[in-house]
Amino acid sequence: MTSRRFFGERFTRNEDARLLRGLALFVDDVHLDGMLHVAFLRSDYAHARLISVDTAAARARPGVVAVYTADDLGAYWQPGPLLVAPPPIDGLVFNAATQVPLIKDKARHAGEPIAMVVAESRYVAEDALVDIVVDMDPLDAVVDLEAALEPDAPVIHEQHGTNLASHVVQQKGDYQRAHREAALIVKRRFHYDRGVAGALENRGVVAQWDARCEELTVWDTTQAPIPIRSGLARMLGLLESQVRVIAPFVGGGFGSKIMMFYPEEVLLPWAAMRLNRPLKWIEDRQENFYATTQERLQIHDAELALSEDGHILGVHDVFLHDTGAYNPYGLTIPINSQCTLLGPYDVPNYYTEFRVIFTNKTTVTPVRGAGRQHGVFVMERLLDFAAKELGIDRVEIRKRNLLSSDDFPHNHVILFQDSAPLVYDSGNYLPALEKAVDLIGYDEFVREEQPRLRAAGRHVGLGIVSYIEGTGIGPYEGARVTVEPSGQVRVATGVGTQGQGHYTVFAQVVAEVLDVDLDRIHVTTGDTREFHWGTGTFASRGVVVAGSACHEAAVAVRKKILGLASDALGVAENDLELEGGRVRVKDAPERAVDLGELAVRANPLRGAVTPGTEPGLEATAYFGPDRGSTASGVHAMIVEVDRETAMVEIKRYVVVHDSGRVINPMLVEGQIQGGVAHGIGNAFYEQLVYDDTGQLLNASFMDYLLPTATDVPRVEMAHIETPSPLNPLGVKGVGEAGAIPTGAAFAQAVEDALAEDDLEIREIPLSPNRLFEMIRDARATR
Amino acid sequence: MKPAPFEYYRPETVDEALGLLAEHGSGAKLLAGGQSLVPTMNFRLAQPAVLIDLNALAELEHIEPDGDALRIGAMTRQRQVERSALVAERAPLLHEAVPFIGHPQIRNRGTIGGSIAHADPAAELPVVMLARRARLHVRNRRDARSIPVDEFFTGLFATALGPEEILVDIELPAVPPSTGWAFDEVARRHGDFALVGAAAVVTLDDSGRCRDVRLVFSSVGDGPVLAHEAARQLEGEIPDDAAVRAAAGAAAERDVDPPSDIHASAAYRRQLVRVIGTRVLARAVERARNGSVS
Repeated sequence: MTSRRFFGERFTRNEDARLLRGLALFVDDVHLDGMLHVAFLRSDYAHARLISVDTAAARARPGVVAVYTADDLGAYWQPGPLLVAPPPIDGLVFNAATQVPLIKDKARHAGEPIAMVVAESRYVAEDALVDIVVDMDPLDAVVDLEAALEPDAPVIHEQHGTNLASHVVQQKGDYQRAHREAALIVKRRFHYDRGVAGALENRGVVAQWDARCEELTVWDTTQAPIPIRSGLARMLGLLESQVRVIAPFVGGGFGSKIMMFYPEEVLLPWAAMRLNRPLKWIEDRQENFYATTQERLQIHDAELALSEDGHILGVHDVFLHDTGAYNPYGLTIPINSQCTLLGPYDVPNYYTEFRVIFTNKTTVTPVRGAGRQHGVFVMERLLDFAAKELGIDRVEIRKRNLLSSDDFPHNHVILFQDSAPLVYDSGNYLPALEKAVDLIGYDEFVREEQPRLRAAGRHVGLGIVSYIEGTGIGPYEGARVTVEPSGQVRVATGVGTQGQGHYTVFAQVVAEVLDVDLDRIHVTTGDTREFHWGTGTFASRGVVVAGSACHEAAVAVRKKILGLASDALGVAENDLELEGGRVRVKDAPERAVDLGELAVRANPLRGAVTPGTEPGLEATAYFGPDRGSTASGVHAMIVEVDRETAMVEIKRYVVVHDSGRVINPMLVEGQIQGGVAHGIGNAFYEQLVYDDTGQLLNASFMDYLLPTATDVPRVEMAHIETPSPLNPLGVKGVGEAGAIPTGAAFAQAVEDALAEDDLEIREIPLSPNRLFEMIRDARATR
Repeated sequence: MKPAPFEYYRPETVDEALGLLAEHGSGAKLLAGGQSLVPTMNFRLAQPAVLIDLNALAELEHIEPDGDALRIGAMTRQRQVERSALVAERAPLLHEAVPFIGHPQIRNRGTIGGSIAHADPAAELPVVMLARRARLHVRNRRDARSIPVDEFFTGLFATALGPEEILVDIELPAVPPSTGWAFDEVARRHGDFALVGAAAVVTLDDSGRCRDVRLVFSSVGDGPVLAHEAARQLEGEIPDDAAVRAAAGAAAERDVDPPSDIHASAAYRRQLVRVIGTRVLARAVERARNGSVS
């Protein structure tokens, strides 16, 4: 569209000058006159009836301004909204139960808030927590997924009379026929567990009520400032225009910061209005482990039906999914699991059934990958076991089953999380697999390197797996693009930003249309005063949906620019071009006009304006895709296992990735590298350990192990670019991709390294301790 | 995650610190590098009424020769120990072990005396002290005494320090000729508390037999655990591969009684004792044979 290239280039990030110099505003940087600090008293018990709360002593402590319990909230006390309604699937059972601001009748997970203390400092607020006398009657906790459905299990939500939150069956084709016709059935049980989002910045809320302006301002670490704004206005009886929600720079979200509403998000604005004082609450890391949503276990009983030559005839999968104490996110995660399981493969027959279980644990909502990991693990492991039984190479069995590039759009029939049928828009899977095989040196490793190292007593193994990721779902996002009289461009969009590089990539999208230098394009995200329509940052959709809206708005502004320039220069629009912040005549480039000057002309102080025109070089546009676009990729890694200590070292990690058109390879690679780090954590380091009373035993970064820089290799990457037909940029999402197939690749690689032990890995996460047990048990059964 | 209220003192001399300790008794805690105490206070697991900050005590920050021995002041930062040429020369086992402690930021604050007095069973420095037969010099308001390390660690986070005593100085004796050493550990991530850590010091006689063996483990008991049975098996023997492996096996079976926790079962810890016990003994023997006099 312009003469310069803004797509496909490694532009450094517009936001980094502020971030690296410590000049970026985070919620905890907000300091306001007269600000008070908040701490929460949280339930020690996972499941207990609340008998009484005595706050008298806490109220009497010097420096304490207020103490609130559920009773103090009156009619403001309401359970949160059901954020995602279940898709219209026949026979679907869904029992909704959403989180409450402060518990009234009973605690349903450890860490659920009981009381809120407001004090002159966080120190005094925490001192006052100790003064509160709580009488609770502990109940047996629901922890184990299978035991939760036993008839004598304690029930968490009495109104439902069961711990079953949901039951869903989806089918494609006829699995029973596939089963009958199969030459081989591979049937296994899999456990796939996940953990916390582990964002560097915990959650935080600052709320200020300005009584003179009658305006509420909330700084919130949310990924979705606009829905928070709308919800707060509704709950507090204010106009939406009276509520401004700012999600400033946020130190990582990964899904956990788009659970709405967290109790703290409901309570601080309410109390700030009531007290007419600004309030701040910053979550500490210990609270984060209890109060911020997480992902956890699924147990799959899965079988794969194959022909003799390794073609997939069908998949049958029945699984349990732990949703924790509440299910505000509907069925997003288990539906992601059942849809993503199919991977890049041609699966003609599929029976998939799941039960979602309430447990007395922190609520489960999407965390980077959002259940896709679980599905990928099941399918990839089944293929590995099938390859072994059929004597087919593991890469070959995958090649035989990949969808071909002619198969798109490919309709998998079952419904995806956005309630639309699971249709892959585009893909080119075989070249990605071949490229990964080439980059990791598969053939040489298997033929030469591995036998040589094995002969020397070393235990090295390789894992290589494929995956797809449904990304970039609707409903919509919007953007406004404005050329100012200085010639600089402002871009505003409603999605929040948590480090992805939105300030750079949205600037590139606009520059591609307007040809303005990137440092003259200023992006604002996540401030409802700047832009107040939209949903948020989730489901790998920022660039796909908000980026496309930026593009559409820029195209509209370009149209205005060309119209004005045509009048100013007396040249037809077709004979003009945009270059370097100017419009010039194609054949006579010395005849040109600055965009800034056109912006001034578009907003005259005197004279007549043509009826029907708008002032300014500004346009707002919205974009909503019909359905999500399907990204894909291949991960391969080489590991070495110290068989004596059961420690694993990842020697190499290769990712071949297809997220459609790549706008900024550096940002895409950053997302993948970070995602792989998350995936490695999930595979070998991170695990939430609950005891049978529902207590989390490792609620600190001392005992909950995130991989560090020394544990994560530099990922070697290559890109395949298969454009999506579903948006004007041809892009697909990338935010979650790196984290999705890591567990499956790791399991295959470790199993390969320990080939002499002939063990099967059917669970994630692993740990040295668990591997030690598996090696020992394999030895014992031989 | 804020500590409960406490009184705070920052004495400028050891005498002043000892006076404050005597005055406030068991309600007082000494703050050295704060790498364990401060998080414990922030979690409100420790709520001392009084905190006596030792960080102004310059007299406890030194590394110096004492005849053939080495003296290190209790408030010397672990990072200073790590970077000291004198430590590298006279206490190479300590030099080898210090980088395993946490991360550089932790070692910049953490002190040698703080870690020893804290007596965490997973910590590196108590293991080194026990392996090297250190003497711990302590003072109260009236007296000074020195405690042989074999009597210093008395239980889980417990030492022979009296309620009014402060550890002031660490003395590491000279290393005899034909002595080798090694330190190693297995941790989930670099800088984590070890699942099992091990130090070995082996002295050979002229015929190449073990004259003296000290093999010590972390994270397998209430404190650093000296492997008596392993040492007994090796002393007087030629430490070939089989003997070393057998000694580490004896340590795993008879010298340690490891706990199970969420990171490692007792069985896995025994396996690690066997594996890294073998590795540190073998490396110590090799160094002893190569005539490393240190």
